[in-house]
Amino acid sequence: MEIARHWRLQRHRYALVGEVCNHCGVKIFPARDVCPECNAPAKTPYTFSGKGEVYSYSTVHHPPEGFEHFAPYVVALVRLVEGPLVAAQLTDVEGEKIEIGMPVEMVTRKLRDDGSKGTIVYGYKFRPVIGGRTSLGAGEG
Amino acid sequence: MEIMKPQRDVGIVGYGAYVPRYRLRGTEIKRMWEGEQGCTPPVKEKAVPGLDEDVATMSLEAARNALKRAAIDPSRIRAVWVGSESHPYAVKPTSTIVAEAIGAVPHTLAADWQFACKAGTEAMQAALGMVGSGMAEYALALGMDTAQGRPRDALEYTAGAGGAAFLVGPAEESLAVFEGSTSYVTDTADFWRRQHEHYPAHAGRFTGEPGYFRHVLAAASEIMTALGRKPADYAHVIFHQPNTKFPRKAGRELGFKREQLDAGLLVNDIGNTYAGAAMIGLTSVLDVAHPGERVLMVSFGSGAGSDAFDLRVTDAITGRRERALSTRDYVARRHELDYATYARHREKIRME
Repeated sequence: MEIARHWRLQRHRYALVGEVCNHCGVKIFPARDVCPECNAPAKTPYTFSGKGEVYSYSTVHHPPEGFEHFAPYVVALVRLVEGPLVAAQLTDVEGEKIEIGMPVEMVTRKLRDDGSKGTIVYGYKFRPVIGGRTSLGAGEG
Repeated sequence: MEIMKPQRDVGIVGYGAYVPRYRLRGTEIKRMWEGEQGCTPPVKEKAVPGLDEDVATMSLEAARNALKRAAIDPSRIRAVWVGSESHPYAVKPTSTIVAEAIGAVPHTLAADWQFACKAGTEAMQAALGMVGSGMAEYALALGMDTAQGRPRDALEYTAGAGGAAFLVGPAEESLAVFEGSTSYVTDTADFWRRQHEHYPAHAGRFTGEPGYFRHVLAAASEIMTALGRKPADYAHVIFHQPNTKFPRKAGRELGFKREQLDAGLLVNDIGNTYAGAAMIGLTSVLDVAHPGERVLMVSFGSGAGSDAFDLRVTDAITGRRERALSTRDYVARRHELDYATYARHREKIRME
């Protein structure tokens, strides 16, 4: 049981919330409170757009404990449009040809499911962009 | 019967749909249990959730689409209400997960609603009251389901997955304004699921006349009478859609033409999305409706009851609906499953 750890991270995981460095403007994910570029304190929350592209990927056939339900699944390094490189699962990709450079968007899905008695952990994954339409909304801030 | 209408005019400020990408064809279910014999399946295919999807994740995407269209600060939402009969937890709200993820916490109401397929429109009625009374500037009402059908049961053909979110707010900011609503409820046991049971049970043909038709027809005709409207006044009508036959028959009996149902009838492509069924039909209508048009939505939930809503589309619809994916974008997205993979997706295979 890692309830406390998941609870601390859920804000970042549900909506891809990182930080922005007010000194040099770099966007940071995951949050680390210190800018990796200029070493200035960086504690201002920043919600990423969720748009990015596949930088690299691989398929997991032998999953670690807690992920058996989803195997085989694809993990990827996603380059967010704001800059950071994020490791995450790709989802909704069965039957899709995955390519480096493929545009993807963030969705919140089940990350792990600790059986019928435990809690469900939710967080970000990425899927191929639907319909090629871009998001114009301000609702996600 | 008096129409329900809050003192302050309210409407829909933003709306959003969600349908998972997986589909199971009716012919594949028929192949599994009936072979070449038997009737034509009641719907062409149904939507099936992905392995990592549930009512919380699906509600969240619909809510985000509603927020994209509304473009308001989510911290101003005072209620996040999710209606469903397939909440991921027996105890622990789906609504807090959604509220947290969209940034509506902590100063918001959050609760899960339960009334079979009417849970979502019940939450809408309450949202109308919250905003209409001035207690809230905005309230988010959702209807979403990942319906389970017992293998080989008639409902297995139609038990689908999907739903919609409506952000209710002041009429002057709305893309559609509520002109009135009504509710018609009785104690009728046509469909139920006891605690700890995996699959729902139903009363067969009893679900038709005493269940669906009695409540849907009464709610629809009462709201039209109370508002002095006739079927021809509406550009679109949406009925709860457990199959294609029931809503078409209800429409015919009330005097609607088939074309008035077309835009909001999705059941043939995604199945019955239970608490989401009428509501996602409304999103599909709002995707194509013109300013000034009137829309009638009538839900049905077993147990049993119907909510009816009379809406007028405003000029704000243009420009706002393009801000998020349309319902048909989700319906068109499609990856077909065979029955075995469907059984895995719906956790019908015992692993331990």
